[in-house]
Amino acid sequence: MTSEREAPMVEIDRLCKSYGKLAAVKDVTLTVQRGEAHFIIGPSGCGKSTLLRCVNLLEEPTGGRMRVGKIAMQFDGRRLPMSAREQAQYRARVGMVFQQFHLFPHMTALENVMEGPRTVKRIPYAEARTIAEGLLKKVGLAEKCAAYPKHLSGGQAQRVAIARALAMSPEVVLFDEVTSALDPELVGEVLAVIRQLTEEGMTMIVVTHEMAFAREVANSVTFMDAGMVVEQGPAAAVLGNVTNPRLEQFLRRFRA
Amino acid sequence: MPGYQWDFGKAFLHPDLWLTALTVTLGYAAATIFCGLIIGVIAGMLLLSRHWFVRVPVSGFVQVFRCTPLLIQIIWFYYALPVAIQVTIPAWLAAGMGLTFYMGAFSAEIFRGGIMSIDKGQWQAAKAIGMLPSQVMRRVVLPQATRRMIPPFVNQSVLQLKNTSLLSIVAVPDLMYTAQVFVSETFRPLEVYTSLGVIYLIILYPLQKLAKRLERRDDV
Repeated sequence: MTSEREAPMVEIDRLCKSYGKLAAVKDVTLTVQRGEAHFIIGPSGCGKSTLLRCVNLLEEPTGGRMRVGKIAMQFDGRRLPMSAREQAQYRARVGMVFQQFHLFPHMTALENVMEGPRTVKRIPYAEARTIAEGLLKKVGLAEKCAAYPKHLSGGQAQRVAIARALAMSPEVVLFDEVTSALDPELVGEVLAVIRQLTEEGMTMIVVTHEMAFAREVANSVTFMDAGMVVEQGPAAAVLGNVTNPRLEQFLRRFRA
Repeated sequence: MPGYQWDFGKAFLHPDLWLTALTVTLGYAAATIFCGLIIGVIAGMLLLSRHWFVRVPVSGFVQVFRCTPLLIQIIWFYYALPVAIQVTIPAWLAAGMGLTFYMGAFSAEIFRGGIMSIDKGQWQAAKAIGMLPSQVMRRVVLPQATRRMIPPFVNQSVLQLKNTSLLSIVAVPDLMYTAQVFVSETFRPLEVYTSLGVIYLIILYPLQKLAKRLERRDDV
C-alpha cells in the first residue's frame, strides 16, 4: 500500500468552537481512516452536532486544525481565509445528511438528487439523471423519482437526502442524528442504507443516539461530554469494556 | 332620503371622459406598481445585507414611507420636493413619485419577509452540496420565496390602485378627480360617487379573487 492510501481521510486536531464565552467544542482531536465509519456519541448538548457542522464549515471553528482529503485548514478565531467559492468547493467534497432532511420542497426526489451534480458540478442533464436514478434505486426509491418531498414519508425523505449527498461523490459523509426525527418504525430503513454504505467502504462520521447500531457498524467511536472528548478508540474497545464512569452512565440509559 | 330621484344617466353624460380618466388611473397604477416593485426588490435585498451601514439607511427609507400617510407623501413630492432641490419636476412625474416610493417601501418588506421565511435548513442543505451563496439564492431560496411573496404583492397592488385616487388632490385627471368635476357640473354626487365605486369594484374584484386563489395554492 502506498502512503497516499494510508493517509487518514479526516484529521481533526484540537478543534475548538466557541460562541463568545461559551465553548461548544473544546480541543477535539479525531482521525478517520479511509473507508472507516467513525461514530460520535454523547448526551444531548455535548457538542457532537456542532463538531459535525464545523467539519462541513457550516459553523466556522474558532481554533485548531482540520484536514479532509487534500484540503487542510487552520483556524485562529479570525475570519476564515477562504473565499465563498473555496468554501463551496470544499463542501462539495464533504456530504452531509441532516436530522430534519431539508429536502428542497419545490423539486421532485430526482431533481433533489440531481441538483448538486447539475448546479455545482455542471454535469450534463442526461448524465446527472442517470447518476440520480441509480442512487435513488440504491436507497430503494426507484419508484419515487417523480414524487415531491411532501408526499414522502420521513424514512423515504431521509433516504432521498442520503442519495442527494452521495450524488456529489463525497470523500466523506457526515450524518447528523439522521434518525432522530423519524417515527420508530421508519428508523430501520434509513439505518439499512447507512449499513450498506459502510459495507461499501464509504468514509463517514456518524452522530447518533442509536447505540445498538453503533455497536453493530462503527469501526471507531468518540464519546463526547461537555464539548470534550472523554473516550476514543476502536468501537469494540470503547463500547465493549467500559471503565469510564461518565460513559458507563450514558450507556446505561440505553440498556434500560 | 325620501323622495330622492336617482338619475344615473347624469353620471354618464361624458362616457369618453370616464374612459380617459380610467386610462389615467390604470396607467398610474401600473407604472407606480412596476417601478415600486423594482425599488422594493432592490431595497429588500439591501435590507438583507450583512453590513449595517447598508441596512440602516434603507431601513430608514422604508420606515419613513411606511409610517407617514400617503396623502402627505404625494403632496410633499408634488409641492415641496421641487422647492427643496430647486429643480423643476414635471407635474405628472412629481405626482407619481410618492405612490412609487410608497409601493417600493411596502414591497421591500414583502421581499425581505419572503426571503427570511425560508427555513435556514434550506440554506444549510444547499451549501452542504457545495452551492455558492448566489446559487443557493437562485436555485433554492428564491423559487420558494417567490411563491410566498406573490399573494402579498397582489394585495399591495390592489391597495395601490385604490390609492391612486389620492392623486386627485394634486389635480391629476384620474377617476377620482374626474368624478369631482362631474359632481360640480351635475350636482349629482350620489350617482357619480356610487358609479365611481362600482368602477373600482369591477376592476379590483377579479384581482382580489386572484390573490385569494394564490393564497390557497400551497404546493410547497
